[in-house]
Amino acid sequence: MLTDLIGTVAGAILVGVFGILVALFLMGVDRIVTARMQARIGPPLSQPLTDIRKLFMKENVVPANAIPWLFNLAPVVALASAITILLYIPVGGFAPVLSGGGDLVLVMYLLTLPALALVAGGFSSGSPYATVGAQREMVTMIAYEFPLAIVIITIAWKLAVSGIPLPFMLASVQANPVWGLVGPLGIIGVLILFFVLLIVIPAELSRIPFDTPEAETELAGGVLVEYSGKNLALFTLTQGVKTVVMASLVVALFIPYRLSALLPAPVILQPVLDLLFYLVLVVLVAFVAVSLIRVSMARFRINQVVSVYWIYLSLIGIAGLLLVMADHFLRVV
Amino acid sequence: MNGDTTKKSTPYTVPIGPVHPALKEPVMFTFQMEGEVVRSVDFAPGNTHRGIEWMGMRRNPVQIVHLTDRICGICGIVHSLSFARAVEQIAEIEVPPRADYIRTILHELERMQSHILWAGVAAHELGFDSLLFLAWRVREQSMDLIENLTGNRVNYGIVQIGGVRRDISDDQRPVIEQGLAYYRGLLDQMKTVFLDDSTIRMRCRGHGLLSYRDAQLLCAVGPTARASGVAMDIRHDYPYCAYGDFDVHPVLPPQEFGGPMGDVYDRIIVRLLEIAQSIDIIQQCLDNLPAGEILWEKKLPKLLSILKKAQGEAIGRVEAPRGECMHYVRMDGNEAPATWKVKASSYSNLMSWIPMLKGEQLADVPIIVASIDPCMSCTDRVTIIRNGSAADLTKEELTRLSREKTRRLSRC
Repeated sequence: MLTDLIGTVAGAILVGVFGILVALFLMGVDRIVTARMQARIGPPLSQPLTDIRKLFMKENVVPANAIPWLFNLAPVVALASAITILLYIPVGGFAPVLSGGGDLVLVMYLLTLPALALVAGGFSSGSPYATVGAQREMVTMIAYEFPLAIVIITIAWKLAVSGIPLPFMLASVQANPVWGLVGPLGIIGVLILFFVLLIVIPAELSRIPFDTPEAETELAGGVLVEYSGKNLALFTLTQGVKTVVMASLVVALFIPYRLSALLPAPVILQPVLDLLFYLVLVVLVAFVAVSLIRVSMARFRINQVVSVYWIYLSLIGIAGLLLVMADHFLRVV
Repeated sequence: MNGDTTKKSTPYTVPIGPVHPALKEPVMFTFQMEGEVVRSVDFAPGNTHRGIEWMGMRRNPVQIVHLTDRICGICGIVHSLSFARAVEQIAEIEVPPRADYIRTILHELERMQSHILWAGVAAHELGFDSLLFLAWRVREQSMDLIENLTGNRVNYGIVQIGGVRRDISDDQRPVIEQGLAYYRGLLDQMKTVFLDDSTIRMRCRGHGLLSYRDAQLLCAVGPTARASGVAMDIRHDYPYCAYGDFDVHPVLPPQEFGGPMGDVYDRIIVRLLEIAQSIDIIQQCLDNLPAGEILWEKKLPKLLSILKKAQGEAIGRVEAPRGECMHYVRMDGNEAPATWKVKASSYSNLMSWIPMLKGEQLADVPIIVASIDPCMSCTDRVTIIRNGSAADLTKEELTRLSREKTRRLSRC
């Protein structure tokens, strides 16, 4: 019992540190890749680490008309909840630390927590820019939840009707790649859902074209406008960890393969191979969902964000869902 | 969809400025917002007043020409040309044709770099940073050309009263031709990138509307007026320099894009088409470049003594990249001018912000504000200080002061 607890705590710390490291790495890769696509050289890979280190040395300014306890609490809650999600998602080819305790529904709920903390921080900072930004963050959150839910529920449903126990558990999703369960029609459906999830990521992470809550040119940073020093560093890390979370979620749902299962390798090397393969996949997902979309689009207006998610992406997602269902029932008949 | 964001019924105030990422130069906006929608807007310029006219009135015209270079960082040639033309009219100086052609070439090169710079800024305001970097990379070629011809990237120092200070040699002609060919090849690509992009169209079409009537009532000038269908261009209406020799027509948004609607999108179209027009004008100037002197009077002491004797008043008008720029100069036989008044193009365009911004979303404020290509350092000619802090003038005070100034001017 005690060893279990110690193991879990050690695992949590390890995953936390690992999550932050991968987050910094992904942020660095994103900046270099984006710069190259924009005909610039870009900063060195270690730049996010340097930025964060510097922010931690800076003074924490709390505005005069802010609510100090909420203002200071929000970034801590945001980072803590982002790291907590990592404990439920398979990271680096390993099983989730808290594999017995939660499932995809919990992950979906936890995903809203960093965003809610951001909203609370924005409202509590007492700046009109932050208030407008927080309102937009809420609207964005409401907008992307529905397509995200469609994707997760479709996959869980497919697992359930295929007779797999505990379909919402990430371990089951991991053990039974959804591609193997569907026919040709279903593969098209799953591909569509894959696309929908990739488009949800930039909104989840407040990146262009869905960075309306931060909108540098309109709101001067929006929800984050009053944050500085350690608090800003924590929020920046949150964004990074959320990138890892979303990329890992995509990998877990749609690319749950292990290199060690395909390549014969010594037992000791297997975790290393899995880890490398995971990193490559995460970088690829982050490249497509964050960097590539970011460089090729302008920022949407908030009403455009809502219509993109509620109308277009939801319809696309439902089309994917219907295809998967049609595939299942046609094959059963 | 607007229902979600506009439920908050009481208007609240969002201040933007004087320093804000959406603004490239300081100006103070106060927005009355309802949710995300702008109900009313007020703005207060006057944050970059540097007393340039005051400095100028203590200098002789040759010194002022170089001071005018510093009025604006982008329109280096516009102000110096406008001032020089006013002084040349007073002193009855005839500029040699070759100098007129060189002035025209640089004037158009400046328009090209200014419009490309604006295109990059507009992309940035829309959150499209890739386009900003690409546009500004392309802009470098025109900056290099200007540096090749004048020796400077900004503050060219090329215009002199009665001509220009540097000639275009035969070695420089292929360099210019090369630059023009570079931009000719890029034009279609730039049109595709800016006009065929669905996100740009979504954000710009139908936003920041300025009707034909409003454009005329508010005396808008330049691309801002032309995008609303007002066919005005000083190069066409009152040709100066070499423009009289060529066929220069005001660029209006063409029918193929839906005709003039007076929105942000039309302003992008007008500026892109004007880059093409500038290339043509420079090419014609190069092909017809007359031989001869580049200065009316080479010896500075002689020029100064002639200017010292000059008496009278004149207005120098040029079509800046942002619209009509005007310098009023009055000389009374002294070394320094008796009066020097600068009216930059943005001064006429700023008021069109009010109808443009009304009813728009907060998200569109940056691009609409940028769409008239405001230049505050050109515009800010006055700051009112009372009891040690900035103050406003009422309409009555302004009328009284302007009448007093007119009387004072007509006496001297």
